[in-house]
Amino acid sequence: MFEGVPLTWFLITGTIMFFVGIYGFLVRKNLITILMSTELILNSVNINFVAFNKILYPDHLEGMFFSLFIIAVAAAEASVAIAIIINIYRRLVNIDVEKMDEMKY
Amino acid sequence: MTPNQLMFAIFSAVIIIFSILTVTSRRILRAATYLLFVLVATGGMYFLLRFNFLAAIQLTLYAGGIVVLIIFSILLTSHIGDKLEQPDLKKIIPAFLAAAAGMVITVFTILKHNFPQEVAAGTDRTDIRVIAKSLISTEKFGYALPFEVISILLLAAMVGAIILAKKRND
Amino acid sequence: MIDFSYTVWILIIPLLMFVVVGLFGNRFKPIVSGLAGTCGLFVMWILSLVTAYKYFFVLEKAADGSFQKFLAFNMRWLNLTDTLHIDMGVLLDPISIMMLIVITTVSFMVHVYSIGYMDGEKGFMRFFATLSLFSFSMLGLVVATNIFQMYIFWELVGVSSYLLIGFYYTKDSAVSASKKAFIVTRFADLGFLIGILMLSFSTKTFDFLTLTGANSPAFSSGTGIAFLGLSTMTWSMIFIFMGGAGKSAMFPLHIWLPDAMEGPTPVSALIHAATMVVAGVYLVARLFPIYVFAAPVALDVVMYVGAFSSIFAAVIACTQFDIKRVLAYSTMSQIGMMMFALGVSGYGSHEGLGYMASMFHLFTHAFFKSLLFLGAGAIIHAVHSNVMNEMGGLRKYLPITHITFLIACLAIAGVPPLAGFFSKDEILAAGHERSLMLYWVEMIVSGLTAFYMFRLYFSVFWGHDRHYHHTPHEGSKTMTIPLLLLSIGALFAGLIPFSMFVSSDRMPFHSELELGIAIPAVLVGLLGIVIAMVFYRKETDLPDKIYNALGGFSKAAFHKFYIDEVYLFITKKIIFNYVSRPIAWFDRHIVDGSMNGMAYVTNEVSDRMKRFQSGQLQQYALVFVSGVVLLTLLFTYLLTN
Repeated sequence: MFEGVPLTWFLITGTIMFFVGIYGFLVRKNLITILMSTELILNSVNINFVAFNKILYPDHLEGMFFSLFIIAVAAAEASVAIAIIINIYRRLVNIDVEKMDEMKY
Repeated sequence: MTPNQLMFAIFSAVIIIFSILTVTSRRILRAATYLLFVLVATGGMYFLLRFNFLAAIQLTLYAGGIVVLIIFSILLTSHIGDKLEQPDLKKIIPAFLAAAAGMVITVFTILKHNFPQEVAAGTDRTDIRVIAKSLISTEKFGYALPFEVISILLLAAMVGAIILAKKRND
Repeated sequence: MIDFSYTVWILIIPLLMFVVVGLFGNRFKPIVSGLAGTCGLFVMWILSLVTAYKYFFVLEKAADGSFQKFLAFNMRWLNLTDTLHIDMGVLLDPISIMMLIVITTVSFMVHVYSIGYMDGEKGFMRFFATLSLFSFSMLGLVVATNIFQMYIFWELVGVSSYLLIGFYYTKDSAVSASKKAFIVTRFADLGFLIGILMLSFSTKTFDFLTLTGANSPAFSSGTGIAFLGLSTMTWSMIFIFMGGAGKSAMFPLHIWLPDAMEGPTPVSALIHAATMVVAGVYLVARLFPIYVFAAPVALDVVMYVGAFSSIFAAVIACTQFDIKRVLAYSTMSQIGMMMFALGVSGYGSHEGLGYMASMFHLFTHAFFKSLLFLGAGAIIHAVHSNVMNEMGGLRKYLPITHITFLIACLAIAGVPPLAGFFSKDEILAAGHERSLMLYWVEMIVSGLTAFYMFRLYFSVFWGHDRHYHHTPHEGSKTMTIPLLLLSIGALFAGLIPFSMFVSSDRMPFHSELELGIAIPAVLVGLLGIVIAMVFYRKETDLPDKIYNALGGFSKAAFHKFYIDEVYLFITKKIIFNYVSRPIAWFDRHIVDGSMNGMAYVTNEVSDRMKRFQSGQLQQYALVFVSGVVLLTLLFTYLLTN
């Protein structure tokens, strides 16, 4: 409970966000929307970390730092992913994930 | 309903609704905008939890950086007017089932677990000085090593992104 | 004690020659490789002579007056167990030194001769390189300190023989002859190997000094009855003799020797007359104490095989028309006599007369037989044919060859005082002491020897001229000089008091010429010569009449008693049909079938399975997520109590 808001609420919000992200990752065709789904997944994890930190261990900062690093990693990931996407677009003139099956059997 | 609860309800509703919209919208630029709302609402959640610094980072880096990057890449690779085609049902149903099952299990587990009802006693340490000292400290609860590692990662990502996106001369 | 360790150079020089000539011979004119090989051989020849001089005349004898037997050089090469090890080294005793002299002398002569004979041939360099390899392996064989070293060099000799028989590798007959020689001797060597393993299993040693010494483990172990009423030792010695019989072309493993004449004639002279083919005799002589004391039955086998081979080959030799084949069968016959002499011999001075006679005959035979082959080479060189019928009256064109050939013929026929007379007389004397029947057999053989050699001599050098493509002429100096030098050996080698140097117990003794045996032997020889003269001095139809009168027998002899056909029947009809074919069927259908079946199943399964590898990222992710959900469900709810 944090000032009237129970921990489970945060967690459930994070969970829903997470699985919505998963769903998006599984159904979207455009690579950029898949990237956006990934961002959702990362964010949901951040919410969990932060909530755990604040409510269970208020005199520590681990959860916050984890979130911080996750944001940094997400930034790095996004930049590289977008570079890859642009590169793919340059070669294939579309960014449909289903068309990218060069490495199959 | 306390103001905190109200704020939480608003943020939570925004997060859930707009994340669903993000993954279902057939206009890609709109999807990006919805993502922005989700990220901003997450930032609001951090403010609610008194993580002011983290919330600021969230807003500047995520909302201000990544989303802008995504929008640029959308502009580079897609035509604004185009609608994304609807994915097949054959793809939606298993994905939905998997996601829903996972969600149900997780929510069920969360609800079943007995979390402490009260906030544990402790001093609030979200002061920016404390954060800064922890980040460069090598003591216990110091994060100098991950900090350096992440800086190298960012450098590598930067270099990699440049190399990848560079036009080849072949 | 004089240091003899330098003798290892007799081995190293030809090996170096082989490597150098074989690798770099191409860079120079062909003659350079010939000269290099010859010079190497000359050095080895001198070294051998010096060794022989020092060994026989300078080195003090052992306490009991016998010649010493010692390792001049030894190097442990392969450790099998603490006691069982394979060494490489040089063993000196009278017979190894005698062999050194024989090999280096004949090899040197053949090298000199080859420079002229092989002149302008393609592969001149290859020829000399292989000849060096042969010299190396043959010398390694005779100085072997242990039976395994002997075996190794034995096989090397086989390889170099194979290479030299197949020297004209574009000729089908040469190729098949080389394969035949290799396979037959290889098959015999299988017996040799089995014999070695059995012998070393019972005696726990390979070493010749131990094996043939006074307290040899061979005399005490493995003497119990093992199989078919014979002891292990007897069986192992019979198997070892099988190897010797293969190399020495004893019946029934002789079939390769006549075909081996496809090789260049100097090779025939060196390998298939003077050195390699007597390796079997040398092998039996080397292990002689074991044969005498531990395996007398095996020694009887040696005797009978030797006697039978000698008469068998002598009869065939009378019917052949290819001069080299006549000489080949003659070689086989003479080696049969050496084997026979070993077989009848006992141990000791006078009981060991046969041993001495065998070695003596080996020594003299090397000279006159290589002389005969080199002479035949000169004839072939002059008229470009191997067949006797296409020759005649050559004495006018080839005077030197004629004289030297005549000397060699007289020597092999046993006319005194030439080399063959003395050694053959000793063999007959030894045979007389043992078995009267075999003595007469050998007497007939010497008569036949005289007959077929002079049949050859008269048909080639006398009679009337044939139509030659060009006037036959002598070869170059390098070809005639070896003939002259070897004829000196053929003339005088018999005068050496051989029993003073070589005997079964290395104790010098005096052997007397037994007139009661020498006179009939000479008479028989002269009879053979006279008959040959009557038949072939002038063209008559007498030989044909006699040939026809003997009917089936002479026809069979002309066809070498159908031994080749028997072999072909056994291999092609029986082994190929009833052994190889089922095995091949089994291999193709069962072994290959199961392999192919496994490959097919793997292929099919993976063909089905590869569809999982669709390349669709989201499919993988879906499987992954479902898996995680499922595992979570399993481990948090279903599998917990």
